[in-house]
Amino acid sequence: MGGIVQFENVGLRYGTGAETLSDVSFDLAMGSFTFLTGPSGAGKTSLLRLLYLAQRPSRGLIRLFGEDIVTLPRARMPAYRRRIGVVFQDFRLIPYLSAYDNVALPLRVAGVEERDLDTPVREMLDWVGLTGRSNARPATLSGGEQQRVAIARAVIARPEILVADEPTGNVDPEMAKRLLYLFEALNKLGTTVVVATHDVHLLAGVPAAMQMRLERGRVTNPVESGRYPSSGPHGLAT
Amino acid sequence: MMAWHHATAGERRLLPEARLGGPMPWVIAIMLFLTVLAAAAGLGLRQAATHLRSGLADQITIQIVEGDHVERERQATAAMHELDRLAGIGKHRRVDSSELEALLAPWLGDSFTRGEIPIPAMIDVTLAPGGADRIDAIGEALKSVAPAVRISSHAQWLKPIEALIGTLLWLALALVLLMAAATAFTVVLAARAALDTHRETIDVMHLLGATDGQIARLFQRRIATDAMIGGLIGFSGAVVVVLILSQRIESVGSELFGAISLTTAAWIGLLALPLAGTILAMATARLTILGTLERIL
Repeated sequence: MGGIVQFENVGLRYGTGAETLSDVSFDLAMGSFTFLTGPSGAGKTSLLRLLYLAQRPSRGLIRLFGEDIVTLPRARMPAYRRRIGVVFQDFRLIPYLSAYDNVALPLRVAGVEERDLDTPVREMLDWVGLTGRSNARPATLSGGEQQRVAIARAVIARPEILVADEPTGNVDPEMAKRLLYLFEALNKLGTTVVVATHDVHLLAGVPAAMQMRLERGRVTNPVESGRYPSSGPHGLAT
Repeated sequence: MMAWHHATAGERRLLPEARLGGPMPWVIAIMLFLTVLAAAAGLGLRQAATHLRSGLADQITIQIVEGDHVERERQATAAMHELDRLAGIGKHRRVDSSELEALLAPWLGDSFTRGEIPIPAMIDVTLAPGGADRIDAIGEALKSVAPAVRISSHAQWLKPIEALIGTLLWLALALVLLMAAATAFTVVLAARAALDTHRETIDVMHLLGATDGQIARLFQRRIATDAMIGGLIGFSGAVVVVLILSQRIESVGSELFGAISLTTAAWIGLLALPLAGTILAMATARLTILGTLERIL
């Protein structure tokens, strides 16, 4: 049986330009932790966009949760998206909503009752160190605080896959460590984590994590399910 | 699953509230104002047409146009007797001389001496049901006993007025439909503008797993609220105008104008217009938004 994420010969082309991603193939096991590395313009963000269902590939096969999402009807996309948490590179917080309401957004989208929202949202804000800033709007938050709100929003619904695009780009080293600890904690709970980063210190923070490198839209060291240990927090789906 | 028009308190916070801040409620108010006026005019005219038909269409006036006073009286008496026995006649009565003088006084003055001017004898007839089809036969029968008889059917002179009212009714209906179409187009533009303004929010919500229905509900609720507020403003303004016009029409004292009135059913129909406008706006907004969202993955 394959992993939770399977890419087979995936290509992505925007318009009529050259392929941004070419022949990308990899297989991520459920509960794995993977760093996606590579120089700027290598296609990391494009690959993540395919992963969080913002884009369909131009060719190839993508399976998420065992489902072929290339041919998945549009109406079924939301149910799969709710199983994926995303930390966007530019945060993409909703500017007129408070930190609290931004973090609560995935739960509201999932139809959680208002009376059941408060505890998890406050716990999550506390977890990312923003308890006193729950009513602040994004424009009044620092870059690091906005990033923490974005991370809290990505993980509050306990996603099965967490995708993060340069999640520590705007935070100090201490906060970066805390956020990494947060990702590891989620990973230990069974969440499959994929983090795109330039930060070499971050790579060292999770020694057991796999690394997948992209260069010019191609994977230079394909990750395979078999490379993961068969048990433990970064275990292979069997 | 929530109803398609209902949003939770949390969902309602997902779009900034800027009610009455934009032009849409005011555009809807103007549309509804004109729609209610057109509909009120149409309903009033329909009432007038009904009134005229029921009050006058079964009436005929018989004149005995004879210069000789004695012969005129003889033929009038004979015609009255003939009317007693003819089929299709409901009621009939001789218009007495004082009524005729009162009718002519505005033109001839109060002091004209009776007998100086030969005035036709007149008989008012109310036809029995189906009598309108027998007017020609009635005329033939009366001519055999009173050769100077002339029959004037009220329905005959009512025809052009009825035709005019019918045309005005169609015009009013066309105006109501045009206003409804204009309202729908306004909502389409407003919905598209709202989608453009909140594109980033929509993208984020989509990526968090929001369905098209959830997103559409946010916008359609807001547009429906704007439409309802605008509709009530427009309706209130139109009601004031209709009431003022009603007073003016009553003061004219004309039977034709006086027949232009609104029944209770007509008022209920007018009251339904803001509600219909709101439903139209909400449905249009939903279809527009769903159509636009379909083009996003």
